[in-house]
Amino acid sequence: MLNIRKSGLQTAVQDLGRIGFQRYGVIASGVMDPFAHRIANLLAGNAENSPTLEIALSGPVIEFEADHFIAVCGGDLSPSLDGKPLAMWRGHFVPKGSVLSFGEPKRGARSYLAVAGGFDLEPVMDSHSTYLRAGIGGFKGRALKNGDSLTTLPVEAARMEALKNQNGQTPDWLIPPARYHEQPIVRMMPGRQYELFDEASRARIFEEPFTVSANSDRMGYRLEGPGLALEKQEELISEAVAFGSVQVPADGNPIVLLADRQTTGGYPKIGQVASVDLPLISQLKPGESLKFRHISADDAQQLYIEQEQQIRQLKIAIQMKREEWT
Amino acid sequence: MLGFTFSPLSEQALVIETGTIINKQSEQAVRKLSALLEKQAPDWLTEFIPAFTTVTVFYDPCQIRQAEVEEELRLLGAQVDEVEAPTPRQIEIPVCYGGDFGPDLSFVAEHNGLTPEEVIKIHTSGTYSVHMIGFAPGFPFIGGMSEKIAAPRRKSPRLRIPERTVGIAGMQTGVYPIETPGGWQLIGRTPLRLFVPEQDIPSLLRAGDEIRFTQIDEAEYREQEAKIDAEHP
Repeated sequence: MLNIRKSGLQTAVQDLGRIGFQRYGVIASGVMDPFAHRIANLLAGNAENSPTLEIALSGPVIEFEADHFIAVCGGDLSPSLDGKPLAMWRGHFVPKGSVLSFGEPKRGARSYLAVAGGFDLEPVMDSHSTYLRAGIGGFKGRALKNGDSLTTLPVEAARMEALKNQNGQTPDWLIPPARYHEQPIVRMMPGRQYELFDEASRARIFEEPFTVSANSDRMGYRLEGPGLALEKQEELISEAVAFGSVQVPADGNPIVLLADRQTTGGYPKIGQVASVDLPLISQLKPGESLKFRHISADDAQQLYIEQEQQIRQLKIAIQMKREEWT
Repeated sequence: MLGFTFSPLSEQALVIETGTIINKQSEQAVRKLSALLEKQAPDWLTEFIPAFTTVTVFYDPCQIRQAEVEEELRLLGAQVDEVEAPTPRQIEIPVCYGGDFGPDLSFVAEHNGLTPEEVIKIHTSGTYSVHMIGFAPGFPFIGGMSEKIAAPRRKSPRLRIPERTVGIAGMQTGVYPIETPGGWQLIGRTPLRLFVPEQDIPSLLRAGDEIRFTQIDEAEYREQEAKIDAEHP
């Protein structure tokens, strides 16, 4: 059991998204940084799609009412356990009564807390993602509040004992390279309506920096930069959008669609962020900036496949290590 | 299947375009393709999103590459002519127009050189059909609106639009089922719930439904809303 002493700015249960209902207009939701979420789960010995707590900027204070095994991955929001800094990107045994808290957001905007066993929650439309706007899924369809208690599913006693004895021995080579930067280069494919933009806009999108506006949230990041314009204004036929679609409304400022994006959109899409670089955007804070770099759909697909292979290898390595321990 | 084109939305999504304008033919093709994908979903399909003239298919690139997805969809598309689209349902949507519920009613009127009353009269006189569900849970894109009350999207989308608000964008009209940002011109509000997560199909409306809008006053609106909300507290 986890007691939420303080909820933080926005702490909510998420998984890899509500897949299969987008044809009814139900948004996917899910984590903003799928990579960090998946690694946190693997380190905690969970399935990659187990729900984690997505923690934004100003983190919560959480008391563990029993022995647990946890991992914190993603943006560095200065996690500490009983006042001592807690190393990220590795598993930790946390004894009953421990208190996890967060401090300054150092790099990145979102952290993921995975607890071995996973949270004991009822799925809604096959998912544990909190869909905040509709008030469904996750924990009571909302972000956590002070005083909430989250129950976890049990972990075998023998396994917990083994994890306890091996605490702190997760080898360093398991830690993925730090990928978050303050001014990242984000690879982007030309979008479905790229050719409809005027020549200057088509060049600027890959040349000039864009700043994340304060009007940004899990639905999308509004970027400010050189204005982008179509060759000629026209109303488009709405069609599907995806995580990372970059649409440009008539005011010329691009919007990168993220986890809580709508399923379809009518604004022209100048680009589509490569999946492997989505965490770089999701981890930006308002006021930080980024630059886009051109990539082809084929190359983006290749990068995606390579990353999936790396995650699979990591998964196997972690499982082998666990078997050695137990 | 002739005339379908394919292009990537992302490295894990392919768009099948059934036409470049909204018409019966392209919509029927979308509906039939969707029915086929429901019935015989390939292993690599993670999900699909039908729209007016497109079906976007999401796939797992670790299982299949784009060229092969395209090839399989061509084969599937060859069966489109054998599929029958379901018979349309008929649904009435009561709307309380103008005031706080429809802050852009006067803009839509002025834009078209009409009075707000004339806009309401035109909006309630049409027979509409649901082209697609998208953007927000249960959000219907409704076609068949008169050109006389068409209006452009807002230059910058509003950050919060209340649930149940009825809007216009271009020649389309629709209803926001939940509070969301959006760029449509807002003309009124309906007491109906369009997103029903308690049901297997969580959307009140489905592509193909035939719709009529009727005008109600604020008292009727309040009464109907209270009754509907009592059913699912």
